[in-house]
Amino acid sequence: MTATILEKSGFNRDKKLKIVGTSPVKHDGIDKVTGRAKFGADLFLPGMLVGKILRSPHPHAIIRSIDTAAAERLPGVKAVVTRDDFPEIKAGTAGGDMTRNAMAREKALYDGHPVAAVAATSESIAKQALKLIKVDYQVLPHVIDAVEAMTPGAPILHPHVRTKGVKGADQPSNVIERLDLAMGDVEKGFAEADVIVEREYDTKPMHQGYIEPQGCVATAAEDGQIELWCSTQAPWVYRDRLTEILKIEQAKIRVTQSEMGGGFGGKTGFYGEPVAILLARKAKRPVKLTLTRNEVFRATGPVSGTRSRIKMGVKKDGTITAAEAELIFQTGAFTGSMFSNAPQAMFTRYNLKNVKTVSYEVVSNRPKVNSFRAPCVPQVVFGVEGVVDELARKIGMDPIDLRLKNAATEGYKTIYGETFGPIGFVETLQAAKKSDHYNSPVPKGQGRGVAAGFWFNRGGETAGTLNIATDGSVTLILGTSDVAGSRIAISMMAAEELGIPVDKVRAIMADTHSLGFNRVTAGSRTTYSTGMVIVDSARKAITELCKRAGQIWGVPEEGVTFEDGFCRPASSNVGTFEPLSIAQIAAKTTPTHGAIAGHSEMNVTGAGPGFGLHIVDVAVDRETGRVDVTRYTVVEDAGKAIHPLQVEGQYQGGAVQGIGWALNEEYYYGDDGRMQNASFLDYRMPVASDVPMIGTEIVEVPNPRHPYGLRGVGEVPVVPTMAAIANAIGAAIGIRPQSLPMSPPKLLKLMDDARAKSGGHAPSA
Amino acid sequence: MSKKYHVTTTVNGDEYEFLCEAQQTLLDILRDELMLSGTKDGCGTGDCGACTVMLDGTMVCSCLVLAVETEGSRIETIEGMAKGENLHPLQRIFLELNGLQCGICTPGILIAAKALLERNPDPTETEIRYWLAGNLCRCTGYDKIIRSVQAAAKEMRGA
Repeated sequence: MTATILEKSGFNRDKKLKIVGTSPVKHDGIDKVTGRAKFGADLFLPGMLVGKILRSPHPHAIIRSIDTAAAERLPGVKAVVTRDDFPEIKAGTAGGDMTRNAMAREKALYDGHPVAAVAATSESIAKQALKLIKVDYQVLPHVIDAVEAMTPGAPILHPHVRTKGVKGADQPSNVIERLDLAMGDVEKGFAEADVIVEREYDTKPMHQGYIEPQGCVATAAEDGQIELWCSTQAPWVYRDRLTEILKIEQAKIRVTQSEMGGGFGGKTGFYGEPVAILLARKAKRPVKLTLTRNEVFRATGPVSGTRSRIKMGVKKDGTITAAEAELIFQTGAFTGSMFSNAPQAMFTRYNLKNVKTVSYEVVSNRPKVNSFRAPCVPQVVFGVEGVVDELARKIGMDPIDLRLKNAATEGYKTIYGETFGPIGFVETLQAAKKSDHYNSPVPKGQGRGVAAGFWFNRGGETAGTLNIATDGSVTLILGTSDVAGSRIAISMMAAEELGIPVDKVRAIMADTHSLGFNRVTAGSRTTYSTGMVIVDSARKAITELCKRAGQIWGVPEEGVTFEDGFCRPASSNVGTFEPLSIAQIAAKTTPTHGAIAGHSEMNVTGAGPGFGLHIVDVAVDRETGRVDVTRYTVVEDAGKAIHPLQVEGQYQGGAVQGIGWALNEEYYYGDDGRMQNASFLDYRMPVASDVPMIGTEIVEVPNPRHPYGLRGVGEVPVVPTMAAIANAIGAAIGIRPQSLPMSPPKLLKLMDDARAKSGGHAPSA
Repeated sequence: MSKKYHVTTTVNGDEYEFLCEAQQTLLDILRDELMLSGTKDGCGTGDCGACTVMLDGTMVCSCLVLAVETEGSRIETIEGMAKGENLHPLQRIFLELNGLQCGICTPGILIAAKALLERNPDPTETEIRYWLAGNLCRCTGYDKIIRSVQAAAKEMRGA
């Protein structure tokens, strides 16, 4: 159904808001500060077994045979599952890849790839059983690096792959796809430029780093009905994909989402869930399967590492005339990196007319990547914003002024075909330029950098229900997951519509039996899309309230209006009646035809693009190469901040994830193709003492396609972070790093090389 | 079947008895035997702090303590932090200042922050940051956690 609400969302910038724009305590918070909140691992069922997965120690190996007899004989073992328990699905199809990532089939494709699983009465028995499973591997040569995987003669992961997007590709390749995306005439554009900068960059995979490992509990009944409790950003997507690979009818599997202990994109696809279902089905008992942190690192996430070459040209007056890019994305063992986001978004925010990009997605013997905030975009913006900064320096222009000079505005037609409506990039840049941070002197010996970012923001299929109880309080059934506070933000919009206090509203996240299909909770779509659906539901309920008030008064419903929580006669001609509150009308639901509710489902469009600019100061220790971020400010357009404290939280959290990606986070593989730092000790994410307070400035340029003007805010905060930090480091040491992470040994080498080049003198900013 | 050991401990003021295997951790027992699942398992290696509890007045990662070692000890977990209807000021202020997003690290951070304020009622920002450096949070960027602890310290000092 196309939503009429989108055509006439009722957005009114002069509307006086009572609840939207305040920051009430989130209703799900109380259970989270008291330990009551139930996450993936927090469900305990009678007779529940412990599930454990055996994983390949080899990055690339043919699985000749699997002998589970000894494990099955161990007392306490109730089920053993291998590839033979999964239905055969052709390799190279979406389902074929999914089933092979859940459980290796012909080959193990990465260190940590599941090869078998057990369910037992205790964890120690389950672990013992795994040791009794004998897998006969024929170890094959492996390839970890994406560029090496593209080289002729590299070990081939999937013999069926022929590169998509390349004419005449008839040989097996690790290159899944070549994507060409261009607009205008770059040759002409570069010919017009006074200054051209071309640089190469590389970034490393980083893990989403959610603190809650994936956890689930599966139950299977004799009649085939499956119950799955799990930590997920995508209950319906899990359901539909599980039914595809396990051949279960959709109505016979109910996925119930737990509270989610962080996802950031990493819980948009399943891992142990199908295994738990098969174990539960065999054992006829509930099975809990939670991943260890080691398993999380070796077999889930991460984000794509990249190699890129970026070239841009500028006129002396600051007009950017052309941009060109060549991008390589490492996708792990299976396709699915969403790399096409990158060429679409990397330059978008500048009003470029001449752009040419070539992108490649490449498999290698690493875990399949998963999405992460603005999938595949921050990695390449790391380079783009470095080039933009260098162009500004070379023509002697303030870096924010150069961005302002080229900022996209309403009416700009993007490389992916969208024509921008009202957007807030200029306002964001202006706010940054005026900010206290930008106008304060750079502390002595430090460097300051800025960088800008863009994300499309998303909509998509969304469903929700609003129920009015007989005392006038309201319950919401939401199909999207709550990653960081969407329940309260959506409750606030419902309360605003209904004119009741937000404390009278409570929202739950639905299981897959309760609503129609909801797309994955990702891409900064949730508060926008589910908010839209619930506003629509509230308006339907209001129509019904007016009808009921008309019945109570004995007047036609056209004679009733709704305002600030009360039904009133539309005019004195209708009659004189005391206004009726929602509670008063709801109390009479028995004589007036039953419960009052609103329900809505739509394919939400009209998400307003988001833009941000980050300002960062860093101090670089010349002896150790250590970087301290001393001051950080995020300026970003939220359209309208429904719950400003939570919007700030998104900005701050995204920036600090980016600080980790910029300075420290990466995967180490040994020559044996095994990950060497699969723990939080060795894969070090930022801790509290690594970072400063993160300043925020919320810009509000309303998105007229939403009744409250909001834009998604979750993705943009990580898009420019690494670029801004690199630009700051460049300003501090005189050389702008081109490789992530900018860890101490790499920075030391950069400074040493520069010193050698300049004849022993340290370069200065 | 592995041999099991009988252990008696006090958790949040209540006496508990349980049987455990030699290799089981305090975290395993709290969650799987005593059903106190407010203490979270983020890594099992003492690196994330999600399983932080107080053991005889000392802050520990319960994933690094063997359950058999806790015979006769006094354990405090997140479930014991509120007193009746009254949230601890840290719990209340974390809610008010949005010091949590997903909430998975929150129990461990609250236990750690309470331990800090009991020993140092007026910590500097740097002291808070270093004290909480063993508690990973991936959502908030720590800003609102630090501010919540500062505000709670101020309120608890009566300042």
